[in-house]
Amino acid sequence: MEDTIAAISTPLGTGGIAIVRVSGPSALAVGDAVFHSSRGKPSQFLTHTVHYGRIVQDNAVVDQVMLVVFRTPHSYTTEDTVEIHCHGGVLAARSILSICLQHGARLAEPGEFTKRAFLNGRIDLTQAEAVMDLISAQTQFAQTVAARALEGHLLLQIKTVREKIADLSAQLEAYLDFPDEDIQSVTCDTLSADLKDSTSCLQELLNTGPKGRILRDGMRVAIVGRPNAGKSSIMNALLGRERSIVTAVAGTTRDSIEDMVAISGFPVRLTDTAGFRYARGAVESEGIKQAINTLDHAEIVLHIIDRSRPFSTLDSELDRLTRRKSVIHVYNKIDLPRKLKLPIAFEERNPLDVSALTGEGIERLRNMIAKTITAECVGTSAVDVTVNERQALALDHAVACLTDAAKAITAGEGIELACHHLRGALNAIGEITGETTHEDILDRIFSSFCIGK
Amino acid sequence: MRSHSNEYDVIVVGAGHAGVEAALAAAKLGCQTLLLTSNLDTIAQMSCNPAIGGMAKSQLVREIDAIGGEMGLAADQTGIQFRMLNTGKGPAVWATRIQCDKKSYQFYMKRVVELQPRLSVKQEFVEELTVVGNRVTGVVTRTGIKICGKAVILTTGTFLSGLIHIGETSYTGGRAGEPAADKLSCSLRNLGYEVGRFKTGTPPRIHMASVDLSKVQVQHGDNQPSFLSYRTPPSFHVEQLPCYVTCTTDETAWLIRSNLHRSAMYSGQIKGIGPRYCPSIEDKIVRFPNRSSHQVFLEPEGRTTQELYVNGISTSLPEEIQLQVIRSVVGLKHAEIMRPAYAIEYDYVPPQQLHSTLETKRTENLYFAGQINGTSGYEEAAAQGIVAGINAAYKTQGRHSCCFARSSSYIGVLIDDLVTKGVDEPYRMFTSRAEYRLQLRQDNADLRLTPIGHQIGLVGDAQWNAFVEKRSLIDSEMERLHNTREGTVSYADILRRPDISYASLPSTRADIPFQVQQQIEIQIKYEGYILRELERIRRATFLDAKSIPSEINYHEIRALRFESRQKLSKIRPDSIGQASRVSGVTPSDVAVLLVWLKKHDSRRTSNQVRTDAGSVWGE
Repeated sequence: MEDTIAAISTPLGTGGIAIVRVSGPSALAVGDAVFHSSRGKPSQFLTHTVHYGRIVQDNAVVDQVMLVVFRTPHSYTTEDTVEIHCHGGVLAARSILSICLQHGARLAEPGEFTKRAFLNGRIDLTQAEAVMDLISAQTQFAQTVAARALEGHLLLQIKTVREKIADLSAQLEAYLDFPDEDIQSVTCDTLSADLKDSTSCLQELLNTGPKGRILRDGMRVAIVGRPNAGKSSIMNALLGRERSIVTAVAGTTRDSIEDMVAISGFPVRLTDTAGFRYARGAVESEGIKQAINTLDHAEIVLHIIDRSRPFSTLDSELDRLTRRKSVIHVYNKIDLPRKLKLPIAFEERNPLDVSALTGEGIERLRNMIAKTITAECVGTSAVDVTVNERQALALDHAVACLTDAAKAITAGEGIELACHHLRGALNAIGEITGETTHEDILDRIFSSFCIGK
Repeated sequence: MRSHSNEYDVIVVGAGHAGVEAALAAAKLGCQTLLLTSNLDTIAQMSCNPAIGGMAKSQLVREIDAIGGEMGLAADQTGIQFRMLNTGKGPAVWATRIQCDKKSYQFYMKRVVELQPRLSVKQEFVEELTVVGNRVTGVVTRTGIKICGKAVILTTGTFLSGLIHIGETSYTGGRAGEPAADKLSCSLRNLGYEVGRFKTGTPPRIHMASVDLSKVQVQHGDNQPSFLSYRTPPSFHVEQLPCYVTCTTDETAWLIRSNLHRSAMYSGQIKGIGPRYCPSIEDKIVRFPNRSSHQVFLEPEGRTTQELYVNGISTSLPEEIQLQVIRSVVGLKHAEIMRPAYAIEYDYVPPQQLHSTLETKRTENLYFAGQINGTSGYEEAAAQGIVAGINAAYKTQGRHSCCFARSSSYIGVLIDDLVTKGVDEPYRMFTSRAEYRLQLRQDNADLRLTPIGHQIGLVGDAQWNAFVEKRSLIDSEMERLHNTREGTVSYADILRRPDISYASLPSTRADIPFQVQQQIEIQIKYEGYILRELERIRRATFLDAKSIPSEINYHEIRALRFESRQKLSKIRPDSIGQASRVSGVTPSDVAVLLVWLKKHDSRRTSNQVRTDAGSVWGE
């Protein structure tokens, strides 16, 4: 009877590995749909076996993963369960979760895996109270966070859109339910225009709202500096693993290299750029073009300056290019004697001394990045990520419903079908704002139309 | 105290639209049933507009009909005008409305109840309930006669402490010309019921000969009438009468504004809350000052009477102002009022005090149906009547309870709304209240509910056989359409195209009646939507099937939020599904309840005390 649920079951933003867990009657089917391997499909795998494969969407590999199959009743929930172990950091796990959700799983409620474990007799009866407490504690925590995340602008915007849709819905419902009253039918054009408005508002919230985008794609942090200033070393130090190729030869990084890392729970998209210099070769000038492009799109810039070398006018040039950005000046190589003398005109911004080699100051750099991100999007905290996953999903759903409503209208399918989709949209938004639609629509009908023969 | 010689299984108090369906259902299910009314001449009286059906209401009537109720047949047989509303929109919002001959309707119903085996109909005025422990045992009449019954169904309409208002005057009455039931209301209060007060009203009736018919618009019925009962043959034919449409004028608005202080509604004389969807003309003028005119419908009250019902001019102004207002309407310059409009206040019992069976939570074997539960409308009343009748009968026979799911029917939506959310104005059904509107259509009420009605025992052989035949025709033709191809495209896919009807398919079956063709068209054209709706229904049903034991103490479940504990304690839902619909109850509360239930179940099973759980029908 129950449906299939999915969630990221490791803490977000930390750890090298994240686990997406899918549980329920169609868990294996969801696994089949998302997991690609030459060795077969999850529904063919034996219970308690681990398999290597790829998660693919739209012909693009999202991540390389290990997949574990637990067949009913031998799992935590006693249901068929699939665990997808992917690379740590927010982006991979979130993408995989969202692909699972697209293939029929539903986002789990707080404590739902444990709840199922209990309901299915996996957990002892004496633990019932503990399970109930867990559910309510997690929910209350999530609610507090949700309430905080929703304060102010975002909530206001969502509510404005909701108002519009509710009014539209009331108008259509009145038209359906009161055929004898002289209620004007809304014209197709007005309707389509209104729907388009609301859809693009929600879409905007989803895509370009600073917080929403950052939580979806990560905060873009560009690492720039002169050749051999140690950009790649700092990137690796921040990632905690080797990613950029580091050599003593200047100009090793020809292309921008990008990776995700969680800093204090924030998803951060670090981009290592080619060293900034007066170009010689064509290849490198291409790299530098790219670097400038990366700079333009970044929200935060780490300007790496080699403290063991004298000041270069290139740094002044870089400073000019990043004037409008949030910049952190990082003085690298503090393990070497200082030769840097800053000209009076050069204005230091959040200067930090680090040594990528010894790791000294890297923790302070992380904190500084976190602080800057917080300043960029006030009110965000690590847990918001999970809450916003739910919100983003609800908004996604609302957008899909509105699109369907518009389609139904354009295709001349009938007002009652458009209404059906509008209800879906209102319910989805209601999951964020906590408002129920039913009585509200009737209130609107009676306050805006003179109903009653 | 004198006692009535007979003891009944079920006593129904009140013979309005709820009472009649309740009594018929109980008697058909084998109960010795007594139907009591204060006036045998007003059985199934249409106290307000002379019409059955309309938006959302026709769905209700078809559902009542599908499970074996009488209302649809009565409306068809006594109809004077038949109209299908909303035909320009999709089938989910089509609705049949029938103007009825008010007197014929009463006579029809009176005859049906008189001829029903095991059903006695008597004129008695009930003043008191007798209760032993927490179980009802019968009723006491005004003349002091005690009548014993195993179950009692109250369908008191507007009679409980009814107070009629016309302008500055008010007097007690249950309806124009009939006395109020004051003592019964006290009896309920004494038993501990919370009682509320609502207001409703009815417009004046005017003499047709005094209307200038040349100045009003004529509204005819449909050439091809559609009916409310599946049992009425398509060939059924009666001559139809027209209705008329006209409108108010600036003078109407001016008259209302200058006499507002004399309206019982606006002078503060009326305390009860009235329905927003059925506003008085005072309300319309005050609340929508920018509208220059309001529609007025003139509806004949019957074939043999000259009385016209003035739909749209409900008012509580004094009679002399009513006359001026009426005469300000286009075409009514010389109109004569035969009966004045009036407003009526009455007691209702907030319906959260009921189970989904309509049995009260406080007194066992006592059921409420109709306006006493805060609803308005004949169809809403009849729907509750039949459900109360079935459950009272089953209870006295020691059988399981019978509830209708929201996903099965408007009947289910109606009762679930009442017992879960309560009412803050007289409750009327709208299609917008049904979350599964595309599935709950008037065209498929039989497919949804006749098997259930048959299982319950209310659907007779003739109705059942006709239904089975229709269903198999639909099934076989659906199969043919899915399996027959034109090139690579199945007929079903062809029919899915917007402009294609059944008749325009490459090949059709000639022996298929129109209703079946229509059903096939609708099912195929709505298929995608219906499948998704069924999936949602499947999920909702899971929670509705989990019943909550009555002994639950919400205050002991500390993981529930405080607010939820209080709300759940007050409403005491019958199932987890119902609990989830209580306003303010969150998904996590529901999760906590499921865990609690599991724990409780394990404990209960081990102690071997299992009470019979009710079943939800129509899943």
